Amino acid sequence: MIYDIEYETMPREAMESIQLRRLQVTVERAWATVPFYRKKFGEAGVRPSDIKTLDDLKRLPFTTKQDLRDNYPFGMFAVPMDNVVRIHASSGTTGQPTVVGYTARDVQTWATLMARALVAGGASQGDIIHNAYGYGLFTGGLGAHYGAEKLGASVIPVSGGNTKRQIIIMRDFRPTIITATPSYTLHLAEVAEEMGVSFKDLSFRFGIFGAEPWSEKMREEIQKKLGLKAVDIYGLSEIIGPGVAIECHEAQKGLHIAEDHFIPEIINPQTGENLPCGDTGEIVFTSVTKEAFPIIRYRTRDITSINPEPCICGRTLARMSKVSGRTDDMLIIRGVNVFPSQIESVLMEMEEVEPHYQLVVERQGNLDTLTVMVEVGDLVFSDTVRPLQEMEQKISKNIKEYIGVSAKVKLVEPKTIARSEGKAVRVVDKRKL
Amino acid sequence: MRAEQISIFLENKSGRLAEVTKTLSEAEVNIRALSLADTSDFGVLRLIVDNNEAANQALKEKGFTVGKTNVVAVEVPDEPGGLHKILGVLDAGGINVEYMYAFVQQSGSNAVMIFRFDNTDDALKLLGENGVTVIEGSRLYTL
Repeated sequence: MIYDIEYETMPREAMESIQLRRLQVTVERAWATVPFYRKKFGEAGVRPSDIKTLDDLKRLPFTTKQDLRDNYPFGMFAVPMDNVVRIHASSGTTGQPTVVGYTARDVQTWATLMARALVAGGASQGDIIHNAYGYGLFTGGLGAHYGAEKLGASVIPVSGGNTKRQIIIMRDFRPTIITATPSYTLHLAEVAEEMGVSFKDLSFRFGIFGAEPWSEKMREEIQKKLGLKAVDIYGLSEIIGPGVAIECHEAQKGLHIAEDHFIPEIINPQTGENLPCGDTGEIVFTSVTKEAFPIIRYRTRDITSINPEPCICGRTLARMSKVSGRTDDMLIIRGVNVFPSQIESVLMEMEEVEPHYQLVVERQGNLDTLTVMVEVGDLVFSDTVRPLQEMEQKISKNIKEYIGVSAKVKLVEPKTIARSEGKAVRVVDKRKL
Repeated sequence: MRAEQISIFLENKSGRLAEVTKTLSEAEVNIRALSLADTSDFGVLRLIVDNNEAANQALKEKGFTVGKTNVVAVEVPDEPGGLHKILGVLDAGGINVEYMYAFVQQSGSNAVMIFRFDNTDDALKLLGENGVTVIEGSRLYTL
């Protein structure tokens, strides 16, 4: 099934002509209404009238996460607040969060894209969707919710947490589709098992999983363990939220990008140069239909490649491969974005802590665990155990409070954290993704 | 009247304790008494040695975190109720014992216990007033 036959199966030529027209309008609007873009375009020596072909996109400057932080909170909005009906934000704990806004039409666009995504993932109107993405400032929950309603499916807005209750709901309401992070889904399956409920006896046919990197191996495990088909969904709040790209359940091979709304490019993350189709690099998006928050050449830092070949499902939308990594050191732990620099800020706020630390990420069973190794220097050392344990707890509590992830703190002997000659190795990721 | 104790931070992994004893052995430092407090992740090793300076230096060179603490070595009559009598005095005087451990050697007919108090000055005063013998550090190291 295809939700939006016209756009999802559009011949490339027609798609490109729509993209160009929408791009020109967006660039013009961004230039006219967002001082940041006017300044940036000026510095790059480009004016909206210079955008004559899609190739001219390359002449426009990139937008980075830092740019969004610098314009916190509403500096990147292209419409008056009267026209903004929704605000979402990244966690941005210790650094500046990034804030995005939506007009009523943007929310509709997003809902349509999510409806498309749900259908591509295998959903139809008769489905009951168990939506276990978090609701709130995070775009996952509400994004999937509006899409499900747009499609006309029944949605259970269960959000994250309350795991045992979720199992009872699954058993009693018989949802047919689950939307969640893959790791939380596996956790749900474990808890279900403890409660004597087998996922295979539930009514799920499909799962639409995203918001964290997950491998083909994990897909196999989920499909086998849970007895459902698992598809990958991609999105980020800066572009619109979930629904930027979706894997079709027919092929399960690459995520179809909603190219009529977002123009993708792949660049070399070091040089910023564009790479040809098929090459792996950083994916950059330009939104061409967003009203409240247009974004030009946004550097996602996600590493992937683009395949323009039409798919067996009938869609002509280009596909991006599963995101294989990030250009920066951001960790995604149980769906929460964590930068080592954030942990560092928490540690460094405590004067008794030494500057040497390391983050160890592991996957125990199906849940990510974060261990923060902190060296014990003369300042913190005590001849009794209690103050040391209290310090571990204090660090752990601060990390939970500021960043929102539970971390185990482990005190280690001085000089035991490997020193590197250049950039410190702050992260040891032992997850086999 | 105080004795100096050194304490060492140890990660709970095999061979770390042996690394300490090896280091002290090579520095020709004699261990007089020791106690180990541990959790699942780390331990704190407390030592009374015959040469604090040499021990401290050798351990620091090997990268250990070493701390110094004042403790009190108390002679405890080696008889039933001997330790209880002393603890009773401390309790009555409102002194809290942070931790204690036994010295390996006897002093005459008495045992020796190492105490860490929350208030060392008050504890020493109280012990003196009650006729409890406290062993000077310099004597302790060479008992």
